[in-house]
Amino acid sequence: MTTAALIIMITVQLLVTLISGYYFIKILLAKPKQEPDSYSEE
Amino acid sequence: MAEREQWGTRIGLVLAMAGNAVGLGNFLRFPVQAVQNGGGAFIIPYLVCFLLMGIPLLWIEWSIGRFGGRSNNHSTPFILDSMDKRRLWKYIGVFGIFTNIAVAAYYCYIESWAMSYILHSIIQTFSGMSQEQVAVFFTQYVDIGYSTTGIPFEAIVFYVICLALNTYILSKGLSGGVEKAAKIGMPLLILFGILLSIKGITLGDTGLCKDCNSHIGLNFLWNPQFDKLTDLKVWFAAAGQIFFTLSLGMGTIQCYASYVRPKDDIALNAMSAGWMNGFVEIVLGASIVIPISVGYLGLDWVKENAGFAMAFQTMPYLFTQWGAFLGTFAGVMWFGLLFFAGITSSLAMGTPWMGFLQDEFKWGRRSSAFTFGLITLIMGLPTVFFFQEGFFDEYDYWAGTASLVIFATLETILFAWIFGINKGWKELVQGSDMKVPNFFKPIMVFITPIFLIIILIGTLITPKGGDWGKAFSEGYELDHGSLIGKLLHADIEVNRAWFSSNFESPVEGNVTELHSDNEFHYLTISASDIEQTPHTYSKPIKNEPSVAIGDHVKKGDALFKGNFINPIFYLDLARLMLLGLYVFICILVYKAYLNRKKARL
Repeated sequence: MTTAALIIMITVQLLVTLISGYYFIKILLAKPKQEPDSYSEE
Repeated sequence: MAEREQWGTRIGLVLAMAGNAVGLGNFLRFPVQAVQNGGGAFIIPYLVCFLLMGIPLLWIEWSIGRFGGRSNNHSTPFILDSMDKRRLWKYIGVFGIFTNIAVAAYYCYIESWAMSYILHSIIQTFSGMSQEQVAVFFTQYVDIGYSTTGIPFEAIVFYVICLALNTYILSKGLSGGVEKAAKIGMPLLILFGILLSIKGITLGDTGLCKDCNSHIGLNFLWNPQFDKLTDLKVWFAAAGQIFFTLSLGMGTIQCYASYVRPKDDIALNAMSAGWMNGFVEIVLGASIVIPISVGYLGLDWVKENAGFAMAFQTMPYLFTQWGAFLGTFAGVMWFGLLFFAGITSSLAMGTPWMGFLQDEFKWGRRSSAFTFGLITLIMGLPTVFFFQEGFFDEYDYWAGTASLVIFATLETILFAWIFGINKGWKELVQGSDMKVPNFFKPIMVFITPIFLIIILIGTLITPKGGDWGKAFSEGYELDHGSLIGKLLHADIEVNRAWFSSNFESPVEGNVTELHSDNEFHYLTISASDIEQTPHTYSKPIKNEPSVAIGDHVKKGDALFKGNFINPIFYLDLARLMLLGLYVFICILVYKAYLNRKKARL
């Protein structure tokens, strides 16, 4: 692989993974709203 | 009586929403678009379009859905009606049910291929086959008269099983069915994707040919061609990819979001589902098909053959290179991944119809799920029977492409301009667990609608080869694949009648071969231009050839005499079925409107 291709691949994939992980974790850590909320099991 | 639907957990909702977006396109369309549009540089217009069109549209659809849910509306006809009382919107909202049923009709067929290929991977059907044999196997599979397993009408049987599974899960409701399927399907999809990606990245040089190296494939995909960024075609491709990958303009996001209460978050949920789709596409999708294919078949082969067909016509062959055990395991993972990507999307397609029947006619889950299965079966069986006549592709174009762009453009105008951005923004930020940047407000009002109108115009009057740069500099010529070109059947030059007594030659050249067996006449025409490959046509033995060896034929000259049903008949039949479905849903919406009016009196 050329250096440019390698740098772009690693940077983009890392960035997208981090952003996806960040938003997903933010949801996991969000405080549940007061009942009754939209979810039956929370 | 209709049971009250509710999501079980917030994670379940996000996974279901991400599953709705993640589809086969993440693994098959994205890498092909990237290699054709600037390699690594494609990611720049891709992310710009995600920011300016993808995220705003996700938020618009989530907001529209939750707003509609406030007044107990869970399908787009009456969700849009709750935003603006002009009766036109109800019938525009029909797109949000119509598209889903029409797309599910053929999408479940692809899902059924994946299901069947899981079985074939387990029983090692592809072991010892060449690449060509694997490709032929697929052609035989979709020929309903042929059975690859001994099961009669195998393609239909798998299609019906797949549809029955979808119907069963839908009948269990949102939290008991759709959400559970997403909670199982999405983690497995991601796990399978990660394992196959690791293999794709680490495969390296297989030594099977000069450039059989997965790293050459990755280089082909990621090497940036920055000069391509000035090409309008690349930007169109990126906007199209973002639009279709996020399942925008379908009505499913609105339906799912309509079950979220006003005080609960939608902004963060939308961001998380959208980025999860991006992860599956950019990280996993880019690391499987192209690198593994280049690793075994070389770069030249992939350049010539890269496309959707690789999933079923190439990948099984590549997996056999890994030996019996690993090959079987990889086949199960790959087709399992495609199956989960498919089913989490097709389940989403069932919910607007169910929501509509439950809201308007007080039907229960089971009966509304059953009618979804039945209508999808009626709409879908012709795609199975007439797959090779182009029925499937016709559905895909009109329901899976054109309708989405039209609906998304109209709903965005409704949200930002008619309902009003201030009310819309208030809906979006209410209960939000993240700070929604204010600069998205003008983006939703101006940039996103402009993007969509440009895509709509681009779909309507696509220039030849989709090359806008060339169209501006060298003169415009309508592409046969544009909406107008498709509408006029511009790509069909001969055999334009539904039924005819002559089969007309689609090419000009000399008849170089004419022979028959017990069933068919075979006729080969070689063009005078030696670069063109000869064309061979076969017709049943009852049709007499009208030409002899050595004759020169022009385009449109009769090649065979007899009674013919031309492909244009099947294409028009597909359109009539789609139109019939739209009108049928419009009638139901009108009936529901009368019921509501009566109830108010």
